[in-house]
Amino acid sequence: MKVLVTVKEVAEVEEDFEISNGEIEETYLDYDLNEWDDYAVEEGVQLQEAGDDVEVVAVTIGPERSEETIRMALAKGADRAVRVWDDALEDTNLLDVEAKADILAAVVEEEDPDIVLSGVQAADDAFGGTGVALAEEVGFEWAAVVNALDTEAVLDEGVASVRRELEGGVEELTDVELPAVLTIQTGINEPRYASLRGIRQAQSKEIAPKAFDDLGLDASVADSALELTDMYEPESESDAQFIEGDASEQATQLADVLREKGVVDG
Amino acid sequence: MSDVLAVAEHRRGDLRDVSFELVTAGRELADATGGDLHVAVVGGSTEKFADALNREGVDQLHTVDYGEEFNHDVYVQATEALFGELDAEFLVLPNSVNGLDYAPAIANKLGLPYVSDAVGVEYDGSLTATREMYGSKVETTIEVAEGPYAVSIRSGEWPAAEGVGDADISAFDVDFDEDAIRSNVTGFEEVGAGDVDISEAEFLVSIGRGIEEEENLPLIEALVDATDATLSSSRPIVDNGWLPKNRQVGQSGKQVTPTVYLAIGISGAVQHVAGMKGAETIIAVNTDPDAPIFDIADYGIVGDLFDVVPALIEEFGGDAPDV
Repeated sequence: MKVLVTVKEVAEVEEDFEISNGEIEETYLDYDLNEWDDYAVEEGVQLQEAGDDVEVVAVTIGPERSEETIRMALAKGADRAVRVWDDALEDTNLLDVEAKADILAAVVEEEDPDIVLSGVQAADDAFGGTGVALAEEVGFEWAAVVNALDTEAVLDEGVASVRRELEGGVEELTDVELPAVLTIQTGINEPRYASLRGIRQAQSKEIAPKAFDDLGLDASVADSALELTDMYEPESESDAQFIEGDASEQATQLADVLREKGVVDG
Repeated sequence: MSDVLAVAEHRRGDLRDVSFELVTAGRELADATGGDLHVAVVGGSTEKFADALNREGVDQLHTVDYGEEFNHDVYVQATEALFGELDAEFLVLPNSVNGLDYAPAIANKLGLPYVSDAVGVEYDGSLTATREMYGSKVETTIEVAEGPYAVSIRSGEWPAAEGVGDADISAFDVDFDEDAIRSNVTGFEEVGAGDVDISEAEFLVSIGRGIEEEENLPLIEALVDATDATLSSSRPIVDNGWLPKNRQVGQSGKQVTPTVYLAIGISGAVQHVAGMKGAETIIAVNTDPDAPIFDIADYGIVGDLFDVVPALIEEFGGDAPDV
């Protein structure tokens, strides 16, 4: 069985930042493995550990810098990785779900996985569309926002029995035929920290670079119908009454508020 | 090529609130395109739902009878058929959990550019959508030159449509391909039952990422003891396994309406706010003066919880543990 895990290196913004020319200035960005993808990697590695012959392949669309991030997936137990990048992608912001789905579809066709695990969304742009669009593109079944997966049913019966986390504390129980794409919600498992041994082993695992040519893709696949034309800090709508002073003065005033509202005695 | 199609959402016998917000957003777009607003109901008690959705601004309601509950394969097929029949310019869907399960698929299938989680839309021959990025730290403007378009909207951003409409209600027949329905909903389960019902609490002390480590939780527990409050949390605390699911406030957790909600080290992501904005009084403690939680707070303390909380415990005669 083969598991393909899509991972994305995402930019995290520091508490204070500046926007210029419709972008957050590079100095205020830190790059990391997308949180949702971390759970997807863990779910893949758990399938690998539970099964006899399960290969976990991580795939990312990203420039050379993102090798550091995808190597984290290798350190946590993925067997090898594929990194797609192309000159045609240099000046795009990859907001177009269709473009990402088309690129990943070419990797799916080459790798022929039984199951694809993808984070529900990326922490930066939060489109939440790539996994499900990919499934449609390659003709796989799918389930979005999965917070439990029956590992044995996947390995023994070729069915993904999942729970989908709906709103309001309700879960939907669904059986999905394989091959399938599952988009993984945070909290489905406890992502491991990479061990020193894992980090060492990851150094010798393969990260195969793929350009569009290698995947039979035309440069036009990078074309985006969506254009990001402006970025700004939302105006604060706060009409909160701020309690000033040092911590002890703040606590005294806060205690008064709580007494006044009648929720605390004493 | 100017009509707007919105697809309603229902679950376990009830329309979800976002369905009426879709009508409002859909009407806005239809006014801009000069077309009609069509609203579709797929599955469940379609006639009852269609009657409820017949509010001001809806021109045409379409019912598709198939199954009781949401199934993405059914929704994709029904939406594809109806969108094609109408030759519409806009497909408007909810950015709900079920929306996430079929909106990207139908957009991809129809080759529509897809803008998700929109909080604002404008159309004047091309689409301009507003959406947030980087965990609500910034807003962005996205332009899409050529339609037809697929847009999913964030719940709670548009007011619910009201009034009584005079839309035609008609059944739309879809020739379903049964072989393409390859997922099967086997049931639902309520989670988060347990010893405590946080939705009943009068005073909630709620903790978020700012607590940093599980080892620091006793500090908050001491505050809860000293004030006779009930402990709740934002999602990351439950994801980390530090508190059980029945303590989680937010979109996927519980909706709470206490007299006082004291949010400690919670940034105020939109999913969290959805669960607690109904509190009578909201007090927030956060180191970041720009944290979105202050946008909805009545009282704010910009400060370090590791200083403020021990002082507050002492105010109520408790002992703050060393953490």
